[in-house]
Amino acid sequence: MRRLRSLILAGLVAVAAAAPAVASEEMEYPKNEWSHGAVTRGFSNIFGTFDRKALQRGFQVYKEVCSACHSMNLLSYRNLSALGYNEAEITAIAAGYDMTDGPNDEGEMFTRKGVPADHFKAPFPNEKAAAAANGGKAPPDLSLIVKARKGGEDYIVALMTGFETAPAGFTVPSGGNYNKAFPGHVIAMPPPLSDGGVTFADGTKATVEQQAKDVATFLAWAAEPNLEARHQMGLKVMIFLIVLAGILYAAKRAVWADQH
Amino acid sequence: MAHGPATSSFKNPVVNWLDQRLPIFTMIQKEYGVFPTPRNFNYFWNFGAIAMIMLVTMIVSGIVLAMHYTPNTNLAFNSVERIMRDVNFGWLIRYIHMNGASFFFIAVYIHIFRGLYYGSYKKPRELLWMVGVVIFLLMMATAFMGYVLPWGQMSFWGATVITNLFSALPLVGQDIVTLLWGGFSVDNPTLNRFFALHYLLPFVIAAVVFLHVAALHVTGSNNPLGVEPKGPQDTLPFHPYYTVKDSFGTVVYLAIFAAFVFYAPNFFGEPDNYIQANPMVTPPHIVPEWYFLPYYAILRSITFDISIPFTGLKLIEAKLGGVIAMFGSIAILFILPWLDTSPVRSARFRPIFKKGILAFLVAFFLLMYVGAQTADAAWHLGGLEIPLVYVGQLATLVYFGFFLSLPFVGLIEKPLPLPASIAKPVLGGGASAAGATAKPMEKA
Repeated sequence: MRRLRSLILAGLVAVAAAAPAVASEEMEYPKNEWSHGAVTRGFSNIFGTFDRKALQRGFQVYKEVCSACHSMNLLSYRNLSALGYNEAEITAIAAGYDMTDGPNDEGEMFTRKGVPADHFKAPFPNEKAAAAANGGKAPPDLSLIVKARKGGEDYIVALMTGFETAPAGFTVPSGGNYNKAFPGHVIAMPPPLSDGGVTFADGTKATVEQQAKDVATFLAWAAEPNLEARHQMGLKVMIFLIVLAGILYAAKRAVWADQH
Repeated sequence: MAHGPATSSFKNPVVNWLDQRLPIFTMIQKEYGVFPTPRNFNYFWNFGAIAMIMLVTMIVSGIVLAMHYTPNTNLAFNSVERIMRDVNFGWLIRYIHMNGASFFFIAVYIHIFRGLYYGSYKKPRELLWMVGVVIFLLMMATAFMGYVLPWGQMSFWGATVITNLFSALPLVGQDIVTLLWGGFSVDNPTLNRFFALHYLLPFVIAAVVFLHVAALHVTGSNNPLGVEPKGPQDTLPFHPYYTVKDSFGTVVYLAIFAAFVFYAPNFFGEPDNYIQANPMVTPPHIVPEWYFLPYYAILRSITFDISIPFTGLKLIEAKLGGVIAMFGSIAILFILPWLDTSPVRSARFRPIFKKGILAFLVAFFLLMYVGAQTADAAWHLGGLEIPLVYVGQLATLVYFGFFLSLPFVGLIEKPLPLPASIAKPVLGGGASAAGATAKPMEKA
């Protein structure tokens, strides 16, 4: 047993020791504190819950800034109840959008006000239109962006705060912007956030960093809306399994007592 | 042929009535109640039961997922997200299934390694071992097709890369690829047939597992000493000794599994698979799931054509060579019982074999690591640059070298003296009756 264990350990150590020596082209992003525990970082905060105020501010940033170009097709207005909005508020948010519906009994498409059951209204009618309006490539949908990028929330923050003037000798092609966090450093998206670009209802100072963290929190929730339910159930399941394992261990000891 | 009801002597009259007509209770009693099992199992012997539990977990969670999933290229990705967002406890079932695949493979890898280390593949368990390799192959096919179903970027491009491998086969290669795809690229017909097969194969696995267990109950289990039980003093009834030990081990394993499901559900996943499949955009770095990485690394290690020296005549192109090496790395397991010429089973008594299996294990993890890196990655040790492809080639050599050296190792190796029986080293001092004297356990 012991020898076998050291054998396996040796194998793992060999691999682990080799790992840091690799020429790494992958980017590292500064790690932020997240009250929910980062979605993409395992075991980071097993009691984590979303910061409701940050979620609402983040939604405001998305609504007033990002949604001009980025869709969130997987979300519905009804989902916003998880951010702490009540039914009247959600109805009002949804009613702020005009939705194309139909065909009606006359076979005509018509426009109506949004309802909570509607999916988030996309900025462009289709992907081709989105690409045509944005230099040939459609801005990515943001519903899952936190889970779809290495670094998750931290990547979003790094990207939002990573716009700067290109270092000497680095030529940025026309239509591109320099961003130190973006792979390849040239991104078509112009810097979306600016200090005071939004005015938060709760009086929080809207610095670029603040907006970046808030919108990253909102996008983390959008990608993983059941995170809190998962953490809560996980705690119960873990306690159950550990207690059961303890009972079974005691039973095993008792059954085997006459054999040792 | 004996006719008429069998004799059963269960206390419960209902059980008795049933058993006389269909002796299922007699069978359970024989195979799982009093079944004589070596008394000296260590915890490595839990992993067969654990793998069985994982198979059941995968089938149950998978059937529920299939009730909500839509196998259509336009709908598949969003139907999985609907499961994650709108289906009651859908996130739980999906994360169980997603991580369950990884934990099924972890259990099976440990189970296979245990068989290697303690020589469980040797006579009379050759067929038991080979049936096990069939299960492993079926698992790989099932897992590969299952990974395609969410229709993310890695699903699509992984399917494209792996199915394309078959095109390297001479003559029939391209036809096989067309058959797999159901067309001329990975598309809706591919997704449909992969879904159908992904639903079918687990039940085939369950049937082959039944054969695996049936064969096990003919020969009985191997044990850490690798010497056959010589009498009742060497065995214990399966119940309650191993039912309780397996239960304990399984629950500990499930606790680790649950920790990942609830607190790190995307640990084994690739971010790219949360982007819907797009045939027009190739991800910068296509990687298979972690459990395929060693074989993927072996595939990529064959970077050279094999030709007849001095003539320039190509026998095997590099691509075909890679495919042969990859399939060969599994196929070699089938002939392992005949490659190993040593009569001694357990590595405990085989000094050379033990060093070999250590090298094999290191090579396996190295290959897993190399498989996850880009093809042009390199280690930088001081000023020295070592391309990882060389590391992979060396590890591939060790992987095959371990198996191919076994015939010779068996001839030159001097095994350590074997214990006379299982009971002796366990009970110590040649205790006559099992458990008669409660001596402190000697380390086996």
